[in-house]
Formats: sequence, structure tokens, C-alpha cells
Amino acid sequence: MSLELKNIEKKIGIDTHIYPTNLKLEKNTINVLLGSTLAGKTTLMQIMAGLDKPTSGQIWFNQKNVTGKKVQSRNCSMVYQQFINYPNYTVFENIASPLMITGVKTDEIKQRVGKVAELLKLSAMLNKKPDELSGGQQQRTALARALVKDSDLILLDEPLANLDFKLREELREELPKLFEDRDCIVVYATTEPSDALMIGGNTATLLEGKVIQYGKTLEVYNKPDNLTSAKVFSDPPMNIAEVKKSGDICKLKDNSVQWKPSTKIKDGIYKIGIRPHNITTYKEGNNSVEINGKVQISELSGSESLIHFTNGNLNWVSLSNGIQQKNVGENTKLYMNTDEFLYFDQNNRLVNNG
Amino acid sequence: MAKVTLKNLSHSYLEKQNNNADWALRDISIDWKDSGAYALLGPSGCGKTTLLNIVSGLLKPTKGNVLFDDKDVTTLNPVERDIAQIFQFPVIYDTMSVYDNLAFPLKNRGLSDGEIASKVKEIAEMLELTSTLKNRASGLTADGKQKISLGRGLVRSDVNVIMFDEPLTVIDPHLKWVLRSKLKELHQKINRTMIYVTHDQTEALTFADQVVVMHEGQIVQTGTPVELFEKPKHTFVGHFIGSPGMNILPCEIKNGEVNFGGQKISSHNAIKKSNFSKTQIGIRPEFINFSKEGIPVKIKRVSNTGRHKIIDTECTGGNIKILSNASTEIPSGSTHVTFNKKFTYIYGDNWIIE
Amino acid sequence: MNKTINQKAWLFVIPVFVLVAFNAAIPLMTVVNYSFQETFGNNVFAWEGTRWFKQILLSERFHAALGRQIAFTFIILLIQIPLGIGIALTMPKKGWGVPVCLILMSMPLLIPWNVVGAMWNIFALPDIGFLGYTLNAIGFDYNFTQQPGDAWFTTILMDVWHWTSLVVLLSYAGLNSIQPAYYQAAEIDGASRWAIFRYIELPKMKKVLTLAILLRFMDSFMIYTEPFVLTGGGPGNTTAFLSIDLVKMALGQFDLGPAAAMSLIYFFIVLLVCWVFYNLMMKNEARS
Repeated sequence: MSLELKNIEKKIGIDTHIYPTNLKLEKNTINVLLGSTLAGKTTLMQIMAGLDKPTSGQIWFNQKNVTGKKVQSRNCSMVYQQFINYPNYTVFENIASPLMITGVKTDEIKQRVGKVAELLKLSAMLNKKPDELSGGQQQRTALARALVKDSDLILLDEPLANLDFKLREELREELPKLFEDRDCIVVYATTEPSDALMIGGNTATLLEGKVIQYGKTLEVYNKPDNLTSAKVFSDPPMNIAEVKKSGDICKLKDNSVQWKPSTKIKDGIYKIGIRPHNITTYKEGNNSVEINGKVQISELSGSESLIHFTNGNLNWVSLSNGIQQKNVGENTKLYMNTDEFLYFDQNNRLVNNG
Repeated sequence: MAKVTLKNLSHSYLEKQNNNADWALRDISIDWKDSGAYALLGPSGCGKTTLLNIVSGLLKPTKGNVLFDDKDVTTLNPVERDIAQIFQFPVIYDTMSVYDNLAFPLKNRGLSDGEIASKVKEIAEMLELTSTLKNRASGLTADGKQKISLGRGLVRSDVNVIMFDEPLTVIDPHLKWVLRSKLKELHQKINRTMIYVTHDQTEALTFADQVVVMHEGQIVQTGTPVELFEKPKHTFVGHFIGSPGMNILPCEIKNGEVNFGGQKISSHNAIKKSNFSKTQIGIRPEFINFSKEGIPVKIKRVSNTGRHKIIDTECTGGNIKILSNASTEIPSGSTHVTFNKKFTYIYGDNWIIE
Repeated sequence: MNKTINQKAWLFVIPVFVLVAFNAAIPLMTVVNYSFQETFGNNVFAWEGTRWFKQILLSERFHAALGRQIAFTFIILLIQIPLGIGIALTMPKKGWGVPVCLILMSMPLLIPWNVVGAMWNIFALPDIGFLGYTLNAIGFDYNFTQQPGDAWFTTILMDVWHWTSLVVLLSYAGLNSIQPAYYQAAEIDGASRWAIFRYIELPKMKKVLTLAILLRFMDSFMIYTEPFVLTGGGPGNTTAFLSIDLVKMALGQFDLGPAAAMSLIYFFIVLLVCWVFYNLMMKNEARS
């Protein structure tokens, strides 16, 4: 089983919504489409589902051309950001609805709904109506409906965006487990890099209607092809600076920091990308280097601290474990893990690749 | 500017109340100092929005009093209380320009054109809206619109309290941190009492000096970000703050000793009482280490999120989640773990034993 | 996504196609035929070119009818739109009053048009009608069958009674879609009741109001049944609006050529106004 987009392009009037795209999604994979709003995630999903037609290009499913084939004749399910359920059906009827339409026997429906409901922790509320449920439970019901029929393709369009933070965390952790032993292709659209990392599988980074990079999630994260992909896949935003390499020494443009790069690169001018968690208030790794900063703000999540600081005319973000409160305007010392630096050439392509 | 005192507030949306569940708020008492930055944190349905509406005067509490600077304002409406509120969705006057939007509250209060112009200019600069002042407000992006709503609150100098009701809900994740820093910066600049309601721990902990965590209509803990992370006073706080949340594991207390799955556990808090219907250990995933001896566990699943590894383990006492660095080697199969005593707490009926 | 394919639905649509063909397309072609030709019956036609169009466009009778029509439409819009908004603003937003108001408001809309005409005819008769009799009893010299002013007054009153509800219902729906946060924010900003209306309610109702104006324009511009039953276009020709005049010409005088030309001109006026409205609406949409 595979889903292949061959040179798919989507134009509306003179606006290009999707630039020519090639993408091959394999059987039993979860594929994350990662990009900000208007990056083209939803358009791409609608083309995959057959809800929308590409302006040019072809869609192949299982080595068959399905371009232009109606959504009804493709075996796919979709879950949206909004919690979409039938309001006057019970949870059971909601989940059972795709099976009832295709005329599955009552006994089998009961058994299959029961199984999915248990998986999604809905067993206790099968007789309730959607409006008696919390947001999380409503979205679980929508997910259950997508899972109950054996779809070849399951499309999830920012399914967790409207949920409370904690519920999002919980469901995000469960999602990959739900699809583990299923014979289908899952596509998951999100704006949040952390979603992609938690879900794993494969990730395609998108920007302004273009697929920038596609590959195993961790590989795309750790070894982005280019600066754009690295930027899309970084929240908080990646720190970028121009550096000069000569001999075995690398320097920031204003000479404030210098270090020995851990990978071999030619002498010249580069851009480095440093993920916020590689700048910390404590030393990490064997090759860390100090940087002085003036604190702009320190943001705290429950267990981590984001320190925004300036170094010369650079605005940087660092992410450390634990609660590290700093005063605004305070001068502070931070440590950068140089082993994790990403070096990009003048064309913004990654140079220390592998 | 004002200090805000809430005295024994209770609220119910029902005519008659039979049990605790009929109350949206139960016996809330808070002292908020003048010019402080406070947050109300909790999941949807915990009563935080009810509490906010009572403070702003949009709702009259069933019982108890609201005091501004020791003056009882319980029966006053929002205008009489001189408060400003920023809502979840940007509220702007579509037909007005950005300038007129910002000037609106001042015009309604009969200020002279000169005063209005200088005030609006000052606030627009602070919010980086100066270049858009002449534009129609309806043409702005979501974050621009939310800045206008914020600006309308800030522009008045007579405001006692500025309240925020999940103001970043509609903002793109990439812009959220920018507005978060902006809010923090604004608080330090203009020094007004601000109350921020959210379900997002990062927003609450970053913004506020003191965070009030709410659960099922009650305050479960009030404290600084460090206190909430390091010493949760209620299992809910442990679960809610930090991601992943605290491990809450069932245990037995006999003769002042804590027994978990056949192992003796030493905890930070001394156990003086043991007459609870339910006793639990709370330990954050950050504070568990792999070791040669200790609690025997079986590794079930490791997810790599790029900068962390989250390890799901199983033992006789329950499932334990462990958080470690991405670079750490994780043993496979069966191994042992130890809890860091300094961050191990025992809870009786969900409250910390003290 | 869970639909099964079923093409049978097309079968059910066929009657509509047939009906539309007979109802609209074929008669329209006949009208076009007539408008360019002269006929004396027995299917004998003589080509006239654009003569009938010129004749109609230059005729004083047409100008007068068009003038009456525009005046009528303008007046009823001027009354019904503000009145409709006003009533919608005072309607309750929750509780038992909502269904009661909605039912009361829908009532006039459910009465067949000829019945409305007949009702008002009887209601306004100066000798036995409640309205006519009362007006005369309190000293007004009221007789809508004799005096043009009274005829206009009655026709407008009838239309306001019949159709203001539509504006009310649309405005009410528009008002109800405004989130409470807007009112709360305005309250906090210290906005007056008028400012709330001017800057929140009116802008948020803009879409439904444009729709209401468009609907009311079309309906009133093509009004026929009610004034026909009420006044028959009289006294004289004072309430003979375009459609009434058209029918008089076609069926009363059998001037089929000019009548056909007039029909087409009439049709194009309505089309033109709708097109202008549509573009205005789209322009607003694009701007916001």
C-alpha cells in the first residue's frame, strides 16, 4: 500500500497554493505535515482525500492512478480541528455511523465499536450525546469514527489544536499507539514542531505551498537539508548567526565567541543554526563554549525555562531544564553545545551532513 | 491601580445547591497585591473564567465579596469598577481605523482630542502599531487585532485591573512567544495589576509572579513557578504543571514508612498522619534515575522528542514515566530505577502530607 | 466521506428541469419573439425590430409607472429596514419570549398574498372596515378607493405589515450571531447604547441587512397581487405599479408587442439592480 503524489500542483486563479510536489507515503506509516497556517497542509490533505482536485499532476494509490476519483470511492477517513460529530446521535451511533452506511451486521458493529471505544477510553459514555462530553471526549469520538472502519488512508487535520494543553499532551501521546498495528497510511497536519516529535514517524516540512523536506521525523529534525526546513521545524525559533571559519577556529562575526567546530568544513563564511535547547544555563556535552548575554525575558513552562537574550546585535533564545528565573536586563553567562551546531553554506544548504 | 481582595467567594449557576458539584466556585479567598502580575491556571471547566467574570463585574457571586483597595465593589458593574478585559477572541470595532479603536474608550470618557492623540500615540508605540494607525482594524492579522484589544485596555490611565481571558488562543504558535514577551515587558513598564487566565502552563508561569492553580472550583495551590514545579501541594498540580506531568503512584503507609510495590521509599516530607482513604507517591519524571538497584522496572516504550527521551516503564506498583536527555543511553528490557528523595512527596487524599 | 455512490438522485431532479423549461425558458423566448414583432393573431407575425422598445422607453405611461414603482419601493425600504432593525433589537434574546416573538413575526409571512390584499381591502373599507371606519370616526376623511393619497397610504401600510417581519427575522439572526464578548468589551470601554449599535451591531448585521434590502427590493419592485386585490391600480392609475400596468397593457389592451418589450425592460432593470447589489456585496467581502 502506498500513496504517491506525482508533480501535484494547485492553483486558484493566479495564486499558487501548492507548488509542484512529489511525495510518496508508505504503508503503515504516520506522516506529519508540519508548517504554519497557510503553508498548504489542508489543501494537500484535501487533494489526498479527493475532496479537491489538483490543477496538474497525479495521485496514485496502490500503484493505481486515482486522480479525479471521488472521495466516496476512496477508502479514507478524516478528522478535523473542530469537533465534528452528529449532535443527535449517541456516541455509539456516532462511532457506528460509517459501518451502518456500508451495511455491516449489527453484531459486528457492536463488537467493532466496543473495541475502538475501549481503545479511546469512551466505553463509559457510549450512550451519551456529544454535547454532554468534554472537548477531549468529543474529539476522541471523532477519532473513533475515523478508526472504526478500516480506512486505507486516515487524515487528521490539526485534531488537537482546539484542546486544552494537558489534554493535547495526553492524546498526542496516545495517537501513535492507536495506529501501531493498523494497515493504513496516516497523515497528520500540525503547526507545532513538538507534535511532530512526539508522534514520530515521518515528517514533511512545509512553507508557503512547498514541501521543503520529507523523511524520518528525527532525521529531518537532527539533519535538516537546509535552513528553511530547520526554521520550520523549530519552536522556539532557531538561533541563526553568521560565522567565519579559518584554520580550525570558528568565530561569531563580532569575534565575541570562538570555538573549534566538531565536524570538518572548509574555511569560509557560514550561517550556523543553534536550537534553543543547545544553549543552556549549565554545561552540556564535551565541547561547550561560553556566551555572554543580556537577558530580555525568561519564560517558564512547567519544567523548562526559555531565556531570550541579546549578544551584540543578535537576539537569541535558550532553553534549559528546570526553572531558571532571570531578571530583565541582567547580564548572564550561558553555554552552547558546539557539537550540535548546524552549519549552512551561502545557499543555505546544510554542510555538516553526517 | 489597585489591590484586589476576594473574600470567601462561592458561585453557583443553579438556583439550589445540593452538593459540591453544584458549585462552580467554592470558598475562594485571594489577596492580590497592587501592580502584581497574577495568573489563574486550570483546565477548562475548573471555574477560572467564572472567577474572572466575578472580578471584572460581569457576574455577581452567590456568596462572598470582591474588594478593590479594601472598598467593596461586589455590586458594581465593570464600568464602575474601572477595569479592562482582553478576551479570547480579538474584539475590535470593524468599521473603525486602528487609531479610532484605541481612542474609543477615551472618547467615551470625554477626553480632549489632544489628550487622546498623545495617549494613543504612546500606546501604539509600545505595541508596535504606529505604522498601522490609519488602517482599517478589520484588515489586520489575528495578533494585530489582539494587540488592539490589549491597547484599548492599556490606553486608559484610570484602570484598576487589567484582565486577560486566554488572550493568545487565536495566535499562531510562532508568534505566541513574541506576544508573551510583549505582555511581560508591558507589565514591567506600566506597573498595573494584571490577572491572566489560561489553561496553558507556559503562559501562566511566564507571565505571573504568583500562579493560582484551580481544580474543580477550588484553589489547589498558590505559588511561584518554582514552588509549583518543585513542591506541588496537590496531586493535580503535579499532574498539570510540567510535561509530562508528575508520576502519581499508589503506596501504603505503615508505621511512618512508605511502601511502594514491595519497596521502601524515602520521601522529602515527613509523614505524621496516616489516616487517609488513599495515599500516593508523587515523583516527577525528571527526578528518576536508572541504577543498578532500587525499584525493578520493565521498559515498555521509548520516545525520542529530539531533545528528550520519554521512557514508559512498568513495575509491580504501576506505570512510571521517566524523562532523560536525548543523548542518554537507555537500557533495554528490565532494569532498576531510584527516586530522588528531595523531590519525592507523599500525598494523602490528594493533598500533600505536612 | 462515508457516503456510498448513488446516482439515482439525478432522476428526482428531472421534473424540475422540465418545469423550469416550461415555466421560464419557453415563455421567455415567446416574450422575446413578441417584443420584436407585430402580431394580429393566427400566428401571423411582422418584424418590427426595436420599435416597441423605443416606444416604451419614450412613453409617458411607462415613465409614470416606473416613477410610481421607484417611489413605492423606496418608501417601503425606508420604513421597513429601520423598523425591522428596531423591532429585532427589542426582541428578547432568551427565555419563553423568543419562540412567541418568532411565531408572531412569522405569521404575516405565511399568509398568501391575495389573502393579504383581500384582508386589507375589507379592513380599510371606509364604511364597514375597522381601519377605514375608525379613521373616519375620529375625523379623517379617509377613502382609499377614491383618494390617491389614501390608496398609497393603505398600500404601503399593507406592505409594511406583510413584510417587515422578514427584515426583523434576518436582523434578529444577525444580532444573535454576535458573541457576548463584544458587548462586554464595549461595556468596559464605556460605550453608550448608540455607540454599541453603531460600531458593533450595525457592522455585524451588514451582511444580513444587505440581503434583506436586496430581497425587499426585488419583491417590492415586482409587487402585483396585493395592490391588484386592494386597489386594482386605482384610483385612476395612481397605484398602477409596473407589473399592474404591464398586465393592463398585455391582457387589457392586447398590445402584445409593447407589453413584451416592457417585460424585457422591466426584467433588465431588476437584473441590473441585483447585479449592482451583488457586486457591492462582493466588494465589501473582499475588503474585510
